[in-house]
Amino acid sequence: MSNAEHKPDIRGHRLDEDELARNFGDLHPPLTRADALIEADRCYFCYDAPCTTACPTGIDIPGFIQKIRSDNLRGSAHTILKENIMGGMCARVCPTEVLCEEACVRNTHEEKPVEIGLLQRYATDPIFDEQTPFFSRAPATGKKVAVIGGGPAGLSCAHRLATLGHEVVVFNRDNKPGGLNEYGIAAYKAIDDFAQKEADYILSIGGIELRNGETLGRDFTLNHLRESYDAVFIGIGLGSTNKLGLDDESLPGIDDAIDYIAELRQADDPGRLPVGRRVVVIGGGMTAIDIAVQSKRLGAEFVDLVYRRGPEQMGASLYEQNLAQTNGVTIHHWARPVELIGEDHITEIRFERTELDDSGRLVARAEYFELTADVVFKAIGQILDLSVLGADMTGLEFRHDRIVVNETGRTTLRDVWAGGDCVSGGDDLTVTAVQHGKLAAIDIDQHLRKK
Amino acid sequence: MADLKTSFLGISSPNPFWLASAPPTDKAYNVNRAFEAGWGGAVWKTLGEDPHIVNVSGPRYSALHSNERRVIGFNNIELITDRPLQTNLDEMRQIKKDWPDRALVASVMLPMNEQTWARYLPMIEETGVDGFELNFGCPHGMSERGMGAAVGQVPEYIQMATEWAKKAASVPVIVKLTPNVTSILPPAKAALDGGADAVSLINTINSIMRVDYDSLTMYPTTDGMGTHGGYCGEAVKPIALNMVAEIARTKDTQSIPISGIGGITDWRDAVDFMALGASNVQVCTAAMVYGFKIIDDLVDGLNNFLEDKQLTLDELIGKAVPSVTDWQYLNLNYVEKAVIDQDLCIQCGRCHIVCEDTSHQAITNTVNGERHFEVIDAECVGCNLCVSVCPVAGCISMQQLTEGNDPRTGKPISGEKANWTTHPNNPMRKTD
Repeated sequence: MSNAEHKPDIRGHRLDEDELARNFGDLHPPLTRADALIEADRCYFCYDAPCTTACPTGIDIPGFIQKIRSDNLRGSAHTILKENIMGGMCARVCPTEVLCEEACVRNTHEEKPVEIGLLQRYATDPIFDEQTPFFSRAPATGKKVAVIGGGPAGLSCAHRLATLGHEVVVFNRDNKPGGLNEYGIAAYKAIDDFAQKEADYILSIGGIELRNGETLGRDFTLNHLRESYDAVFIGIGLGSTNKLGLDDESLPGIDDAIDYIAELRQADDPGRLPVGRRVVVIGGGMTAIDIAVQSKRLGAEFVDLVYRRGPEQMGASLYEQNLAQTNGVTIHHWARPVELIGEDHITEIRFERTELDDSGRLVARAEYFELTADVVFKAIGQILDLSVLGADMTGLEFRHDRIVVNETGRTTLRDVWAGGDCVSGGDDLTVTAVQHGKLAAIDIDQHLRKK
Repeated sequence: MADLKTSFLGISSPNPFWLASAPPTDKAYNVNRAFEAGWGGAVWKTLGEDPHIVNVSGPRYSALHSNERRVIGFNNIELITDRPLQTNLDEMRQIKKDWPDRALVASVMLPMNEQTWARYLPMIEETGVDGFELNFGCPHGMSERGMGAAVGQVPEYIQMATEWAKKAASVPVIVKLTPNVTSILPPAKAALDGGADAVSLINTINSIMRVDYDSLTMYPTTDGMGTHGGYCGEAVKPIALNMVAEIARTKDTQSIPISGIGGITDWRDAVDFMALGASNVQVCTAAMVYGFKIIDDLVDGLNNFLEDKQLTLDELIGKAVPSVTDWQYLNLNYVEKAVIDQDLCIQCGRCHIVCEDTSHQAITNTVNGERHFEVIDAECVGCNLCVSVCPVAGCISMQQLTEGNDPRTGKPISGEKANWTTHPNNPMRKTD
């Protein structure tokens, strides 16, 4: 094909409304009561259950399933939410296939675990629909804590601090709370504005002041907060995205996947979003899968996902890889982008094949191929934007450009805690961020009560 | 093909599966369908005096369900036939004519005076039925009127009415027993003494299914009020099996033939009843839950089982009776220990937690810091709890210790049998 003839074909409304509605409806429809009871019956009620051990927030999974079985749904939801206040979102977005469901003992002989994620959603949905209050606040302590970031880590921390009797102010960069739950999750995983329902529920505990649109480093600094609050929790996620490191990376048509996903999540009508006919995604994590599948579901004709290593090394689980493939995404392994081609818009991208050498290092093979592209999405990971911390970084320790904390989220500054994606040693999962926020809140509480 | 043809009291049927006297045998339409499906016989829905009784026009049944809505137990408050006697007799006559190879037995329930029995039985026998079954079992409704279980709970009444029936009937008489008694033996003995040709058991068990969690009334009700019903279905089988075995193994009653009833759902249930002494079986609830088609598996499964075991039906009957005894005769020198097959174990830990919480602390949860479930022989009493709760069939088994010492008691394993009757701890022990 001649590059000169290739004009970018990028437009919205590739599919009719009905098809879009189907494509952006619930990825996994909720269980009916009949389904849930049968599925709950499959749980063996294990002793010291492996699923609970595998859950980063330690939800008593056999316990909540037992309560589904006895039609004690409110009790079931409470069992979930007391360990994980975002149990509703986690039921939707957790890679259960590598967490609780991977640990399910049913895998041993039948390779079909109990559908824990779907059961968790079944138990918690009514609570968020009806905003059933479960939690009350301990007597006021008179202490004030600043939480930077309104994502899973920040909201989880704020909720637990509020229940423990502290006053909390959440400084949230965005216009809505929820962080990546609101802006970063594929649309079909959290339909019907669920992230906001969940945030509303969390905030309804009281004692949490949410300040939207206030950004660290622009509107306030860490040191300001340390002066006026008894403790500070940093849950700012990762502010910026990795670069390909190639020439012409600013060519029109080359976009960050997370920006597009955020736009799609905020769009009332997904059909409005322009989508390329030929889309190439670079990366191997959940975001790569999300952008690839969503592009396909918006009507892209060809979606190629290219990852420099093999399927086992992909950050996306095997389940997610299968999801991409059944949605018509072509996954190419062992190739890295080496050249972005186009005059005033991306038209083609050249890849070089890769392999592992004898010592296990990734090396290029000097074999090349090209993919035609109207749009290229970069989904090669995010990094912590250290600039927002500015001069206040003094005293904080970093490892691989992330904040170092101990097991309860304490940083090297005695009144500062941190959690979620911005800390070192995490796995970039919502459920882990929730746990970080929870553990930090418990530690902050103990610290403040000792003072 | 094993021969499933049965002759019970001389009443022949192509297989040992009869439909019990109950709603499925209420009228010719149903019984025709049952015989078309392959049922070996039917005990017609219980006949009574004219004018016929009436039933409630509200809920007559309710069920104990699993979460999958499988019916585990079933309860009813339906009374005997609510149709005119003549209608029933006409239909029975026609059925017997149309299905001469099938067993047709008339169930009857009559007040306690001889004249009534003398009047009705010949009238009924005239339809050509192969036998009578005396309903001394229904625990609800009719028992308030001095019939059904009200008779079955008093051995003297059983004997009396059986004698009247035997005098009035020339075909075999089966006495159907109620389980709502302390011991099944006196009623069975009374039936035998009254001249009964056989007993059938069990009828249903007094029961209330549950309450309604909204109204906090019992459930179900008729216009806000309810009454106890008769419980049946799979859940009652063990109760029935015990009563059948008691009759079959007790000297005073073992001569009477038994028709086994109570929760028979598949062919294995029939094997249970027959091996424990029943000569044939009767089914109701399973048919009411699944329809008449279940006869396919009952016949086919029993046939295949007999073929595999190279047994005749007659050889199966009573085969397990000699294995039933009193507790006092169990061998106290016999020792078993649970053994967990680690290749099959799925690490659910159920065996550990039930043993730890409720039994003998005889199963580990960790070994060398790893999650691992293993029997501690020095604590295991061989109780079979772990086997019972393990979700993987065959993963935990009981294995006999045949030599050395029992690690729990330190005592040597003895090949000699010794039971409670001679045990030193027994103050009533027998000494030579």
